[in-house]
Amino acid sequence: MNSKKADKIAVGVIYVMSAVIVLILASLLLFILWRGLPQISWEFLTAPAKSFQVGGGVGIQLFNSFYLLILTMLISTPLALGAAIYLSEYAKQNWLTDFVRTAIEVLSSLPSVVVGLFGFLIFVIQWDFGFSILSGALALTIFNLPLLTRTIEDSLQAIPATQREAGLALGLSRWETVTRVILPAALPGIITGMILAAGRIFGEAAALIYTAGQSAPALDFTNWNPQSITSPLNIFRPAETLAVHIWKINSEGVMPDGEQVSAGASAVLILAVMLFNLGSRYLGRKLQKKATSE
Amino acid sequence: MEETQSKFMQKSSKRKIEQFGRTISFICIAFIVLIVLSILYFVISKGVSTFTTDGVSVIDFLFGDIWRPGEVGENGEPLVGALPMILGSFFVTLLSALLATPFSIAAAIYMVEISPKAGKKILQPVIELLVGIPSVVYGFIGLTVVVPFIRSIFGGTGFGILSATIVLFVMILPTVTSMAVDALKSVPRHYREASLAMGGTRWQTIYKVVLRAATPGLLTAVVFGMARAFGEALAVQMVIGNAAMVPTDLITPASTLTSILTMSMGNTVMGTLENNVLWSLATILLVMALFFNILTRWIGKKGAMK
Amino acid sequence: MKFKKFRALLVVMASLVLTACGEVVDEESITAVGSSALQPLVEAAGEQYSAENLGKFINVQGGGSGTGLSQIAAGAVDIGNSDIFAEESDGIDASKLVDHRVAVVGITPIVTPGTGVTNVTLEELQGIFTGEITNWKELGGKDLPITVLNRSSGSGTRATFEKWVLEEGMKSVVSQEQESSGTVRQIVANTPGTISYVAFSYVNDDVETLSINGIEPTNENVNSNDWIIWSYEHMYTNGEPTGLTKDFMDYMLSDEIQDNLIGALGYIPIKNMEVERDAEGNTSPVENPE
Repeated sequence: MNSKKADKIAVGVIYVMSAVIVLILASLLLFILWRGLPQISWEFLTAPAKSFQVGGGVGIQLFNSFYLLILTMLISTPLALGAAIYLSEYAKQNWLTDFVRTAIEVLSSLPSVVVGLFGFLIFVIQWDFGFSILSGALALTIFNLPLLTRTIEDSLQAIPATQREAGLALGLSRWETVTRVILPAALPGIITGMILAAGRIFGEAAALIYTAGQSAPALDFTNWNPQSITSPLNIFRPAETLAVHIWKINSEGVMPDGEQVSAGASAVLILAVMLFNLGSRYLGRKLQKKATSE
Repeated sequence: MEETQSKFMQKSSKRKIEQFGRTISFICIAFIVLIVLSILYFVISKGVSTFTTDGVSVIDFLFGDIWRPGEVGENGEPLVGALPMILGSFFVTLLSALLATPFSIAAAIYMVEISPKAGKKILQPVIELLVGIPSVVYGFIGLTVVVPFIRSIFGGTGFGILSATIVLFVMILPTVTSMAVDALKSVPRHYREASLAMGGTRWQTIYKVVLRAATPGLLTAVVFGMARAFGEALAVQMVIGNAAMVPTDLITPASTLTSILTMSMGNTVMGTLENNVLWSLATILLVMALFFNILTRWIGKKGAMK
Repeated sequence: MKFKKFRALLVVMASLVLTACGEVVDEESITAVGSSALQPLVEAAGEQYSAENLGKFINVQGGGSGTGLSQIAAGAVDIGNSDIFAEESDGIDASKLVDHRVAVVGITPIVTPGTGVTNVTLEELQGIFTGEITNWKELGGKDLPITVLNRSSGSGTRATFEKWVLEEGMKSVVSQEQESSGTVRQIVANTPGTISYVAFSYVNDDVETLSINGIEPTNENVNSNDWIIWSYEHMYTNGEPTGLTKDFMDYMLSDEIQDNLIGALGYIPIKNMEVERDAEGNTSPVENPE
């Protein structure tokens, strides 16, 4: 009797607390969308920004955000995947592994402004990449690696040991077991980890202010020569992202409609992350189906 | 003869693949460690020069309560006491983690144990979306909603630790929740089945079995949340007021290590005391992160023995 | 399978890097870094310049005056933007740097509307920022506590304000601080009884300006030096500028920029100034003002 009552109360409390969370998060999202959606138009999404007149858009910033995201993921995913495989499958339980894990967790707690300044002094100045997409992508990689490694490792660990044993019993090497058995099974978890990481990259501003820079030179979307400064593909051009743009408008912006532009840009950011999530979710499901049917 | 030879060859190619995979993954981890070490070296070497080059005593730095870099006190020592920021950082981090932990764990239990379907359909996408909101947007919502709200209830300016705690609470909620979900999910199913089979109620199973088994994972989730709260700069900076004073209550302006760090970094000239001392603040951040990390590791180990 | 993917990835990345490293003909760019107050102007001027000179790009970044001065002194960038004289900054060897003053900004105290005070004496302003005056009623306004909001220490705006408002030996009260003018303006607009200061260009209807000793914060009063809280916007080069840098510096000082863009963005053209200041703050009249 008593334990049943406790059960009811506890579950009730959990319901209420979850509802509170949903309420907070949903009202936050709605608040941003409610303020921002009226600003969004095709014009707003494609027009270049204006620094001191009314009517600027976020076209270039939006492109930069996506391009930077893709580049960062291209660099950091293989690294994080490799590191996670090592930690999950090969690393022995000893002080060295402990040290490595601690190092990664410490990296994740670095304030992003420190990562940004490190990137500024090393990539921008020392390696002479200048304020560029490449510098930004490298800084974001540093920022992104710990969490990505951690989540990938977690999803690898979540695969039952029996699967590994089965793989080894079939005469596969450990590496083959990982790539052919464990990875496909862990793919949905890995994809979720990547989505979370992508979201963080998308919203990151502090690490980019000093690396990818705060200016977005006009792009010529017909120029696909990656060596030209006006080409969208050039990785050595400065690239202000959407999140940096929002930061800049709110801090030192002198455009008269800054409030509207920043509200609109925030909403665009959320919508972009939403689309991205949906897309990767769909992709994840498809991949899993393919992997399990094969 | 040929058959055996080919078999021999095959084995060797397997070995090669294995060697290859092992090496590749090792290179990745080594690379990450290299990055970490170089950043640590970079931050700490700059941070330490406050004490070696500029001759500030470590005690004065850690326990001094006057922060006026660029000015010297009556004894001729620079006024670079970091105590106000250290306390500020500690308070906002602990308070927001304290607030977020029960909510996150409750939401995680809901998503994993009670209603996985609804959790997956509603909670998870929302949580993943929220991670992508830039901190500057959180900061502005804090500035336009939370600060006036606190002001109307408690008086004063509305800027302070309480406002920062609320903003950080919302910011770390998604991170902590999604990691708590992973922790609960990784508890093997037969634990639950065993408990239920023994006549345990759902709550007894959750409380006595699942939560216990997931304790190390949950702690890691909280630490990650704390780490995020700790390192968060832009949003906190907008709502805490950034007054370098030792906090006396929750509703007067205070400051954190990161807020002062971000604010002043661009205005100081590299190599000067004003700049070095900011790197010393960053060093404190690192050391504190390390401390939390070791602490949870220790708790995790104790929990695992059971 | 997996190796192929790995290899393909590597090839893609390598080719990206290689193609991007290649030589580009007919395109040239310079980088200007520093003061966030000067950034909008240089950025807008850079865009105009690029539009008129194809293939020439001016890459403008913020980062603060300290960053601008350290990076130009280190020779890491082409132009270092700063709100303050290089001589005023510790740790900078100003002898190598060439100063180009491109504009003037006036700085004015701003308060939340509804304090009942529109004019203060310089002494009263000092009293507020040193923490001796703590309520608006002491200045004949409402019974409302004064909240002081400063820019972060080391910011060019704060340095200028304190240099011309506070006297030697005065210490500013420990107060709230914010990093950027936009945030300062928003907080002042919404928090009753708050006082801070921003450049003229950030003043809008949400905040009220204060006159000092009956003098209003206007461009004309800055030109005549009746309003003393103003500073130059400096663009420093390491040695005499050459090539594109020189061309762009000339462009910044040309009538096209000085007569149109500078006014439109809320700065004050340098040629309208009737006085001149040096790094020590000594003022002398300009010989033949236009």
